[in-house]
Amino acid sequence: MNRADLQTMAQREQEKQARFQCRLLCCASTPCLSSGGAAVQQALQDAIKESEASAEVAVVSTGCMGPCSRGPVVTVQVQGEDDVYYENVTPETARQIVADHALAGQPVQEKLLPSDLPFFAKQTKVVLSNSGLIDPERLEDYVARGGYLALAYALREMTPEEVCVEISQSGLRGRGGAGYPTGLKWDLVRKAPSDKKYVVANGDEGDPGAYMDRTLMESDPHRVLEGMAIAGYAVGAEQGFIYVRGEYPVAAKRLERAIRAAERRGLLGSRVLDSSFSFRIDIRIGAGAFVCGEETALMASIMGRRGQPVPRPPYPAQSGLWGHPTLINNVETFGNIVPIIEHGAQWYAGIGTEKSKGTKIFALAGKVENTGLIEVPMGITLREIVFDIGGGIPDGREFKAAQTGGPSGGCIPPQFLDTKVDYESLKALGSIMGSGGLIVMDDQSCMPDVAKFFMEFCMDESCGKCVPCRVGTVQMYRILQRITDGSATLQDLENLEDLCTMVRETSLCGLGQSAPNPVLSTLKYFRNEYEDHIERRTCEAGVCEMTEVPVMALVEELPRRIRAAA
Amino acid sequence: MAVITVTINDELVSGRTGQSLLELVRERGIDLPTLCHLDGLEERGGCRLCMVEVGATNRLAAACVTPAQEGMVIYTHSERLVRYRRMILELLFAERNHVCAVCVMNGRCELQREAYTIGMDHVRYDYLTPDLPMDASHERFVIDHNRCILCTRCVRVCDSVEGAHTWDVMGRGVNCRVITDLHQPWGSSRSCTSCGKCVQVCPTGALHAKGSSVAEMVKHHDFLQWILDGREKKQWATRNGDPVEGGR
Repeated sequence: MNRADLQTMAQREQEKQARFQCRLLCCASTPCLSSGGAAVQQALQDAIKESEASAEVAVVSTGCMGPCSRGPVVTVQVQGEDDVYYENVTPETARQIVADHALAGQPVQEKLLPSDLPFFAKQTKVVLSNSGLIDPERLEDYVARGGYLALAYALREMTPEEVCVEISQSGLRGRGGAGYPTGLKWDLVRKAPSDKKYVVANGDEGDPGAYMDRTLMESDPHRVLEGMAIAGYAVGAEQGFIYVRGEYPVAAKRLERAIRAAERRGLLGSRVLDSSFSFRIDIRIGAGAFVCGEETALMASIMGRRGQPVPRPPYPAQSGLWGHPTLINNVETFGNIVPIIEHGAQWYAGIGTEKSKGTKIFALAGKVENTGLIEVPMGITLREIVFDIGGGIPDGREFKAAQTGGPSGGCIPPQFLDTKVDYESLKALGSIMGSGGLIVMDDQSCMPDVAKFFMEFCMDESCGKCVPCRVGTVQMYRILQRITDGSATLQDLENLEDLCTMVRETSLCGLGQSAPNPVLSTLKYFRNEYEDHIERRTCEAGVCEMTEVPVMALVEELPRRIRAAA
Repeated sequence: MAVITVTINDELVSGRTGQSLLELVRERGIDLPTLCHLDGLEERGGCRLCMVEVGATNRLAAACVTPAQEGMVIYTHSERLVRYRRMILELLFAERNHVCAVCVMNGRCELQREAYTIGMDHVRYDYLTPDLPMDASHERFVIDHNRCILCTRCVRVCDSVEGAHTWDVMGRGVNCRVITDLHQPWGSSRSCTSCGKCVQVCPTGALHAKGSSVAEMVKHHDFLQWILDGREKKQWATRNGDPVEGGR
């Protein structure tokens, strides 16, 4: 296939779609599937069949549309009209949508999502521009929206060096959390002397509550593949790997299909788009270790070794998979490549702040009205995310903190709600951008308890290679457990702080180095809660039961307990 | 090889490119504690005892896996480093059941020596007291997981020197354990060559030869009779149980 064939394919698909009077887009992403999306889609199809309208109305199973807490979500596209969203669709509503809206043009009022909802209005969809609009299992759908044209353009009109320069000028930074300049990384791999190089997409997303990468892989797999192929061309690699988390079977299946479809059409494999560039992509499935999201551990896992990090340097750009220079980027980073090549670096650099360009996808979760997946320009304030897009805290409760960056991040208190969300600002607050998990907490959340939750996570996920992380996380967890059950002393708090700094500074990889962050940031902003737990043995939020007493207080406590039991 | 100059504890030290900071520090005669490092084995960088302060950035780096570079300024024994090392040693002692008094390596143990050297007199953290097994199924050697610090010297020596790769690690976090042959009893291992290299490199009493533990101590009082018989009756040895006249 060459560029002309690609355009013919796009045209044919666009014409085919235009033949339908009405298209019913039904979300088939994991959140909507788990709330009954499959039955809704079946009901839509049955209803169309019954009313013999298959020629005018089409049902398309798409990726994520965003408002996941309101799923299953169905979008109705009528020719010449704006898209209409329906929330919490049941099979009954589905039949009604077909009968009233699709065939009679009368929207079903009660399940309608208002189109001027700030949830949609405040977002800027760059990476997720196809998500929820195309069928992720059909290559034609992606091509109809301009897919693989960026790759064709890069292969024909640009040298690998120019691609790297373009990415550098766009200001794109790694979306896995650390924010390393992507263009710089590409250029390092491009310049590394070797006859063999690799490109790896990190899809081992493991932060609790985060599902940006899963959604991108599930909703628009070809965009990730195209981004990887452009990267392969830019750095001189002929082999790519996507490392997909084991808990993401739907994403792996859709990627697998997408790779096969692209290879069949000559968009991947040997001689991509009739050029001299060849690029194969293989999938590697993780086995449930959070630490494999760390790049050196991920490479060990791809090579079939035990998923443990190794000290850097050497960095993967110098010596990665099987000792060859390897480019590792997050799945979301690869999702940004196509728009940059398509619209140019200048356009991309126009979005966001001075140092953080472009958009970021967040998985908004916790105590907000609208939870779901959002894509916002860098530099948006936390307040806009929580109160405009998120719709505020339910039940009239108070905002207490926003947790970003998962177990490696920290909590941001209300006084910093107007902070701009970018790499530097979040870091200055003691949190991190992270991969994009954003958990909102109200006054019913107890901060030591939140810290304990994340510490337990790190303790379970520590690989066991270095001592500070392996044993330090256990000891920190035990102290937090004592704080939340009422048996801690002020000495424990001191030990906890000492351990936090030691583990942060001496651990081998990012997991250990960032494991104390949730404790340190809650100690920074909510120290009074820790002291209340220890000195007054009270939990203001009412989460901790505080049934224990410090060991030294047992002398007084025991007779009391015996009397109570008698 | 190019010569480089590194400042260690405010003194200029020259070394060669490709040397690790640890090599340079030790060449200088400075005692930097290590547990997972062993000359001759590939580096692991896991025990974190050899952390040094690098440059003005206050960043810490494990000396064993950090290549020395021209102009580096490092400190090996700042107050912070010594404090951290002691904390790491305390964490190790708290992790498993390190009871020196009844350990086969008492007095020769590297973990014990590092703790003595740094002046660790108590442990501030909870003893985790895990319920760990021993495997004495091998005819000559014993693995006692209670004493293991997961330095993986045994894993590395078995893989890269002996070439057998009998040892490996299973589990994660504090539940890690060194295992033989995909967690089969050591005695039934078909890859083990019984070379004993793992036992020789083990820094603690986790791997040891049979017969060296306290309970295995046997006194041979009959040696006295043997000497007396030899001296007085000239019966120095026995052949098939019969005395041999005039010695051997």
